[in-house]
Amino acid sequence: MKYIRIDKAQWAQGLAAAEKAYRLFGPVREGAMLNFAALAPGQAPDLDGLNTRMSARSVVYPQSEILFEYTVDPNDPDGNVLKEAPAPAKPAAAVGIRPCDAYSFLLVRRNFDAPDVKDVYWLRNYEATTFIGLACDHPGSTCFCTSAGCGPYSEQGLDVLLQDAGDAYLAKILTDKGAAFLAAAGWFTEAPADSEGCFSAGKEAAEAKITSTVETDRLAEIPQMALYDANFWEDIAFSCINCGTCTYLCPTCWCFDIQDEVRGKHGIRERNWDSCMFPLFTLHGSGHNPRGQKVQRVRQRFMHKLKYYVDKYGDGIQCVGCGRCIQYCPVNIDIRKVCQLMNRFGQDAACKVA
Amino acid sequence: MQPNPYLPYPVRIDEITVETEDKNLKTFKFTFLNPGDEEKFAYHPGQFAELSIAGKGEIPIGIASSPTEKGFVKFTVNKVGVVSTALHNMKVGDVMGIRGPLGNWYPWERLEGKNVVIIGGGFAFTTLRSSIIYMLANRQRFGQIHVIYGARTPGMLLYRDELAAWEARDDIHMHITVDGTNDPNWKYNVGFVPTITDQKAPEADADTYAIICGPPIMIKFTQPVLDARGYGHDNIIMSLENRMKCGIGMCSHCNVGQFFVCKDGPVFTLAQLNGMPKEY
Repeated sequence: MKYIRIDKAQWAQGLAAAEKAYRLFGPVREGAMLNFAALAPGQAPDLDGLNTRMSARSVVYPQSEILFEYTVDPNDPDGNVLKEAPAPAKPAAAVGIRPCDAYSFLLVRRNFDAPDVKDVYWLRNYEATTFIGLACDHPGSTCFCTSAGCGPYSEQGLDVLLQDAGDAYLAKILTDKGAAFLAAAGWFTEAPADSEGCFSAGKEAAEAKITSTVETDRLAEIPQMALYDANFWEDIAFSCINCGTCTYLCPTCWCFDIQDEVRGKHGIRERNWDSCMFPLFTLHGSGHNPRGQKVQRVRQRFMHKLKYYVDKYGDGIQCVGCGRCIQYCPVNIDIRKVCQLMNRFGQDAACKVA
Repeated sequence: MQPNPYLPYPVRIDEITVETEDKNLKTFKFTFLNPGDEEKFAYHPGQFAELSIAGKGEIPIGIASSPTEKGFVKFTVNKVGVVSTALHNMKVGDVMGIRGPLGNWYPWERLEGKNVVIIGGGFAFTTLRSSIIYMLANRQRFGQIHVIYGARTPGMLLYRDELAAWEARDDIHMHITVDGTNDPNWKYNVGFVPTITDQKAPEADADTYAIICGPPIMIKFTQPVLDARGYGHDNIIMSLENRMKCGIGMCSHCNVGQFFVCKDGPVFTLAQLNGMPKEY
C-alpha cells in the first residue's frame, strides 16, 4: 500500500490544481452549521468539524437533480418530447468525506444498481466521483459506526484515506482513482516508512473512543411480521412530530419524488429527495392512504432500515452509525434504542422506550 | 451505455373514447412515434406503464390493450389528479410519452391449461380487459373462463361493446353485474361483486385460479367469499396499487414491506400478501 505525505502548507495549492480537473466537494461552513457541499473556487474544505450536519449524499445524489429537459412549444418539432439532461462535464471529488458517509454509498448502491435495472443518474455520478476520506480521530458521542459495519478508519467506498498528522496529512492510496486525484493535485511526496503503523495506531485509538453501539445480531432471524406487529411502535412514535429531519440528514435514505416544472416554454423533469415521514408520500389519488397514521410512518422508517433491508439483501442494516438522526432529532428519538427493542424482540418481557 | 429507464417513448394520441356516463373515464389509444419502440414495449397482460405528460408529470396506469392487439397500446384513465386531468384535456394528435412496460404480470405460464375466474370491479377492469382479450386470442391454452365484473350502474361499465360481444360467445362465461339500476331492460345481474361471486364462481379446485382487481372494499368482501368456497390462497391472484413515482423500484414510494408494488408486483398471490404488511 502506498502512502503519501501532504504538507498542510501544500494543501490549498494542491486543491487549486485538482480543481482544474475535478468539481470539488467538501465540508463548508454555512452559518452555524457545517454542510457537505460544492467548494467555491479556491475555497478550502473545513476539516476541523467532526462531521457535516447534512451527509455527503448530495455529491452523488443531489437534493434536486434534473433528469430531462423539454420544450412545451407545440410548434417545435420536438415539442413535449423529453431530452436527457446533460451530465456534469467534470468528474467530482469529495474531499474530507468521513468514512461512514463513504460507506453509505455502498449500501445505497444496492437500490440504484439493481441486477435488472440501473439508475443511470446515480451510477453515472457515483462512478464519476473520487472519495478522499478523512479518518475520524475524535469520534462523537452519537457515533456508533463500529457496530454498524464500518468504523472511524473504514476504507470501504474510499479511494484515499487521509489521517491528520498535525502539520501534514498522511494519505493512504486505496484505488487508482485515488492515485489519479493525488497526482492531479501534485501531491507526490512519499510518506515516512512508519505510516502504516500510524494508521493502525490511529485506528485502534479511534475505535476505542467509540463506546456507543447498536445490537443487530438477532434482526435477521426474527419474523418480519412479528416485528411489524410488535407492541412498541406506539411508544416509539409517540413523541415524533414527523418533521423528516432524520430522513434528510441520513446518508442511507434514498427516497425521491419526481416533479415537472415549466417556465415559459422550457420545462424540466427533476427528482427531489422525499421522505417516508410525510403522509403525502403514500397518499393515493382516491384519498386512501396506506400509511396515513404517524405510527405507520415511524415504523416504516425503522423497519426499512433495520429489517426490510436486512431481509432483502442479507448483509446487515441500512445504517452506517453516523449518529446524525440521534443528534438532530428534535424529540430525542434514538435509533440505537429502537434497534435494541427490535433486536431483543421476544426476549424482554416488557419493552419500554427509556 | 445503459438505457435510461426514466425516458418515456414518445407517442401520439390516436383515439379518445369516453367510457362511462360520468365522463370521468376515457380510453386513450396511442401509437409510437419512433419505429421500433412498439417492439421494445413488448408487454404481458397485467403490466402497467407510466403515462408521461411534459410539464405535468407521470401516472402509473395498467395497460388495457392486449399484446395480441398490434399497432397501438390502450389505457383507460380515471380523472383524479393533475396528470390525469391534463390527459383528459388532451386531444387526438397530441404528443406525450409512455414509459414501460413496468411491473410483473398475471402468471400466464402457471395459468396454462387452468380454469380462470376474472373478478373485477369499477374502473380496475383495464388489465382484466387485456387479460380477457389475450386469453380469447389463445383460447385453446386455457380451461373454462369466467368473468365477474361489476360497476355501480350500467353506464359505469367499461368496454360495453366488448362485454356484449363476449356475452354472446359460448367459450367465456360472463357474469356482468351492477350495484343497482332503474333500467327495466337491464338483462344481467344486480348485486355487489362479492354476492355475484358467491352465486356464479365455479367450484374451487387445484386447477382453478381467481384473478381479482378492484377497489379495496370489493376485495375486502370478495376474499372471504372465495375462502368460504374453498379457493386456496395460492390460487387467488391480486393486483395491487400504491402511490408510485419511478415505477422501477428506485424511489421507494410504493413499498409494502421489503417488496415494491411497482417492480415485485403489482401482481401477488394472496398467499404472498398474507405474509406482508397491509400497506396498500
